[in-house]
Amino acid sequence: MQPTIDLEDLGFDSGAHILVQRALRSLSPGGKLAVQGRDPALRLHLAAWCRQHGHRIEFIDAESMGQTAAVITRGQVEADRWSGARRAGGPRPEEMLDQAPATWGLAARGALVEEGGPDSGFDLDTKVAVWSDLAPRLYAQAAAAQWDPATAIGWKTGDALQPDIEAAVVQVMTYLVENEQAALAVPARFLGRIHPHYREVVQFLAVQVADEARHMEVFARRAGLNGQLPGTSTVGGRASLATLLAEPDFALASFLLSVLGEGTFLNLLSFLEAHGPDTVTREVTRLARQDETRHVAFAMGHLEFQLGLQAELHDRMRAAVERRYEALRNTAGLSDDVFDSLVILSAGSWEPAAITRGYAAVARLEREMAEGRERRLVRLGFPSSEASTLSALHTRNFM
Amino acid sequence: MTSEGGVLVLGAVAYDPKVVTIWDGFRRWFAARGLPMTYVLYAHYEHQVEDLMAGRIDVAWNSPLAWIRASRMGAARRLEVQPLMMRDSDCDLTSAFVVRADSGIETVEDLRGRVVGTGAVDSPQATLLPLNHLQEAGLTPGSDFTVQRFDVGVGLHGDHVGGERDAAQALMAGEVDAACMLDANHLAFSRDGTLPAGATRVLAQTVLFDHCMMTSGPSASAESLQKLTDLLLSMSYSDPEARPLLDMEGLKAWVPGRTSGYGPLDAATDALHFYDAEGNIVAADYRP
Repeated sequence: MQPTIDLEDLGFDSGAHILVQRALRSLSPGGKLAVQGRDPALRLHLAAWCRQHGHRIEFIDAESMGQTAAVITRGQVEADRWSGARRAGGPRPEEMLDQAPATWGLAARGALVEEGGPDSGFDLDTKVAVWSDLAPRLYAQAAAAQWDPATAIGWKTGDALQPDIEAAVVQVMTYLVENEQAALAVPARFLGRIHPHYREVVQFLAVQVADEARHMEVFARRAGLNGQLPGTSTVGGRASLATLLAEPDFALASFLLSVLGEGTFLNLLSFLEAHGPDTVTREVTRLARQDETRHVAFAMGHLEFQLGLQAELHDRMRAAVERRYEALRNTAGLSDDVFDSLVILSAGSWEPAAITRGYAAVARLEREMAEGRERRLVRLGFPSSEASTLSALHTRNFM
Repeated sequence: MTSEGGVLVLGAVAYDPKVVTIWDGFRRWFAARGLPMTYVLYAHYEHQVEDLMAGRIDVAWNSPLAWIRASRMGAARRLEVQPLMMRDSDCDLTSAFVVRADSGIETVEDLRGRVVGTGAVDSPQATLLPLNHLQEAGLTPGSDFTVQRFDVGVGLHGDHVGGERDAAQALMAGEVDAACMLDANHLAFSRDGTLPAGATRVLAQTVLFDHCMMTSGPSASAESLQKLTDLLLSMSYSDPEARPLLDMEGLKAWVPGRTSGYGPLDAATDALHFYDAEGNIVAADYRP
């Protein structure tokens, strides 16, 4: 029995094609569908639509008044279009492919993807290059832990500090803004290169970028809170950050930025949280540290996954640290202004005894930073003697 | 001639910037399959047909009107002009006379004394075929009714949809009493809101007619034409490399050229004095 649809008064100017298409899809190519309807333009539109979509049509002329009737023979076109289509893996992370074809481009993972199309230009297109099993969980945590700079910090509670102490805080904040800008730019540069098939990694990095944007905001806002202009920015500091931006390899860039740089920053932010002379400084560094902890965890997970598959990555990581050290060998490293400011704000006063305490605290901070780096390097499979050597080669600018 | 060195030269009219993308794509597709081809773009069909006759191009991607002119010129000059290939979507088109739903115009005869909006002077589907349809029904253009022409893209033989869209808009604005347009354009205008749902009515349709024709000229070598037709026939919509080209050019498959669908336009060309029997342009107000 030939299937029949009655479009009643529905015309192609109001969506009749949807009903015709649905009925045709239930047929095999060559199958016939009887169509009738009362829209005055139906005859004209049905013929044009069938021609555009590769179906044959024959009108039945014994029509009753005002009624159009036709038989459509389903064409091959739709079947042809989808003949080479395949599923882009599956929707769940465990169903992803080891390599994502360039032509899949922005197709959702698991979608039925029509064959062909332009190359998408996502050159980081292998699981081994980008994936970490932690990505889905860390992304979920990151999304849940977003905070609003306007409300998460008690901006109006600013303690009145001595102008010199305030200047030290402003200098440190100026330095932090500069570093956070680098920490935003590095993942942002990779975001557009990672194949969206590995979307949890893209999602995680996108939130990481958003984290850094907030950090830039809150540090800049703290710097200006009491009306002082920002502090200084040195060539040495910027040269150190420029080497991070220049690293073209995703794994090595994560290693240098997140494991070594942001890892070192965890200690710095803890230090400021403990020694910050005012509530706002302590709050902004606490919130930033929580985010940075996640960034370090993701990079560690990503590198551990990669090291499991390519042992020679150790050599490339070692070479990256040495290369960066050589590039920065003749630069000044951490600016004196920043170092001194750390001492002053932890001293909290200009008494010699207080400066002694502050200086010792910063020295302790630097030891803790080195130990933290060594611990992470050991976790990534470096022998402890080598971890100590590599840690010592890390930039004196901390990030 | 132009096929020297085995490179087939194809002419196409640049009615839209996408024409470059289309023929670049075909050129690469042909080259990868052993048919070296280059293309020449023309600003209008008359120049293309004249160059086809002169052997400056081997093959012309012709409008229906350009096919009629080429076949007339070929016959008059005893030059070999052959129909090669068409798109599946070039067969059995029709044009509609559209009126406002509340106009009270119920029959073609009611157009007497009214204003009929058409496409450009050289549009087969929106001017020549509809005007001849009315003439055959006893209404002479210009005397029994006023022709309001929308001359967009003159020389493009109606490939530019602008004239038909202008006519449709003039109909809705009350500036003309009827507008002539291709069935597929009526469908497009109905769906994009140019003709609001329910606001217009199809008064009449022309007979069925065929559209574009890939035409070979006297300089084409039999061998390269055979290769060209074989390759075009082999283009499959299931091939992901061919599909974007077919989509851009508006077809699902190439079919062998048939001349049986050009009778109505041939008649309209004579009746409206557009070309003479030798293919010379005789329409006085046609300036491509």
